[in-house]
Amino acid sequence: MLKNYFKIAIAVLKRRKFFTFISLFGISFTLTILMVLTAFMDNVINPTYPDMKRDRSLYINRVELRNSKKGWVNISSPSYYFLTHYTTGMKTLEKLAVSSTTTSSNAYVANKKITIEIKYTNVAFWEVTDFDFIEGKPYDKAQIDGSQKVAVITERTKADYFGDEANVVGKIIEADNVKYRVIGVVKDPPITSNSYYADMFLPYTLSKSGYKDTGNMGDFNAVLLAKSPAEVDKMKREWDEIAAKIPTNDKEMDKLYSNADTYFMDKVRGLYGGGPESGFRKFLLMFGGAIFLFMLLPTINLVNINITRIMERSSEIGVRKAFGASSKTLVYQFIIENVILTVIGGILGVVFSAIALQVINASDFLAGLHLTLNFTILFYGFLTCLAFGIISGVYPAWRMSKLAIVKALKAQ
Amino acid sequence: MISLQNIEKVYRTDTVQTLALNSISLEVAKGEFLSIMGPSGCGKSTLLNIIGLLDAPSKGIVNIAGQQTNDLNDKNLAAFRNKSLGFIFQSYHLINDLQVLDNVELPLLYRSAVPAKERRELAAEALAKVGLSNRMKHFPTQLSGGQRQRVAIARAIVGRPEIILADEPTGNLDSAMGNEIMDILMQLNQNDDTTIVMVTHDEHMAGKTHRLVRLFDGSQVQ
Repeated sequence: MLKNYFKIAIAVLKRRKFFTFISLFGISFTLTILMVLTAFMDNVINPTYPDMKRDRSLYINRVELRNSKKGWVNISSPSYYFLTHYTTGMKTLEKLAVSSTTTSSNAYVANKKITIEIKYTNVAFWEVTDFDFIEGKPYDKAQIDGSQKVAVITERTKADYFGDEANVVGKIIEADNVKYRVIGVVKDPPITSNSYYADMFLPYTLSKSGYKDTGNMGDFNAVLLAKSPAEVDKMKREWDEIAAKIPTNDKEMDKLYSNADTYFMDKVRGLYGGGPESGFRKFLLMFGGAIFLFMLLPTINLVNINITRIMERSSEIGVRKAFGASSKTLVYQFIIENVILTVIGGILGVVFSAIALQVINASDFLAGLHLTLNFTILFYGFLTCLAFGIISGVYPAWRMSKLAIVKALKAQ
Repeated sequence: MISLQNIEKVYRTDTVQTLALNSISLEVAKGEFLSIMGPSGCGKSTLLNIIGLLDAPSKGIVNIAGQQTNDLNDKNLAAFRNKSLGFIFQSYHLINDLQVLDNVELPLLYRSAVPAKERRELAAEALAKVGLSNRMKHFPTQLSGGQRQRVAIARAIVGRPEIILADEPTGNLDSAMGNEIMDILMQLNQNDDTTIVMVTHDEHMAGKTHRLVRLFDGSQVQ
């Protein structure tokens, strides 16, 4: 029976090529957008270079001070002191990677200005991350403690500053009139990874932003590495207990909020959270609502097209009913036909997505970002197809099944 | 085999009420070949639709092959039609997107536990009976009117129903093709003891059947 439905589905598609094109375009285009977005999400949620230990990491990227009576809010990155002082003695913490927010500096090469984004880090930063060293190695504790002017640069910076030179370890790079000796070159991190993206990495002891200040707020971020993925929740709870006791050190503010979140939740909190609220519910509503609306249009379009097609097939429906097809069987047939159409659209969507991702990666639209289709994305794409096919087929199928046989047979 | 008791059919719109059938009672024996004739609009197709369970009467009892059908739900009616009835329509009503063999096996798709191989074999057998074995892979649009009607007959008989209902089966055919079709129906009736009820405008065709029923303005007059 499925073979029969498949034959009919293909024949119907061939019958009205323009309508088929509209349907397939709508489905494949919608799916392409969704799958490219999912590829971005996959990059955000799952471990990706250089953050390969994301499954056992938590991120502290902000401190929030509030005046609960007057509603004042002050949000900033934590200070170096805040991060190192309050994590000292944490039982679940294996390593603490601290890095500053990036600052821009200027370098001049052959009368051309290059902007270099600089990040100041501690030693553990290189142990927590999985940067790929093409040349050299990272700075060590001795170099940090000695405030040595040593730098790790990215491939892109190497190309921009040194041109075609093969090896640059030991060479001098000058930014904002300060000379640094290059000791390592790493593969470019993606620009979407704000914990790790920079053009040049320097010891934090060279930071101009006062890493010795003992206030809560500053210019640094931290990645807390747990001993194993299973310990992450415990580590979060341990930090929550510590954070609940941290004094505001500000007489205008009576509440301090600081969270150690997973990578994904850190992003969500940054966009939608505040105070004790993580913002996850709001994110789900916004995200779910956006996806729903985005899919609603092509679904409605497909429903309309399907109703038109069904009415054209009234005679066939009448014959099938006359020869023993029940309403339920016909609904089933029609939904199967619709699923076949949307699966074809889905396959096209996968092809278009692969092409779109190639184009995005090749254009370097987001520096260092490399998006891929993976089985997770393909699985969600396939599920979306199925849902699409079923939802947009149900109402027309129901309408069709209600056609009176005699009336259906009279339609030509 | 077929028993209709006091069948009435009323069509209602917001403003008009039309009595299409008025207290029709009719018995058709097993193996009988019955013609129904009458002027246009007299209710003969309506009567055929009611016998074929394609439409429900407003009043009256329909008994087919010992089964009272008035209270059967959609699913059971569909199953009953599939098992006991075959239909031949004036305009053939073949599915143009399917090949001849696929069209003929259609009723068997809705019969559970008939594997695909058996369906193909039965469909081929039915086509052989109507002399179209060499057209299995053709599409209906590639056939003449007479050939299409023969495919429709094959479809009607593939499930070996006890009753065939034919609504002006020769209405769209010339006399030569019409005679061919009529010969096939008569063979089915004589060789397989199939009960046939045929609506026709053609006195000559009706004359070949066992019995003639005439309708006029929804009532039986003969």
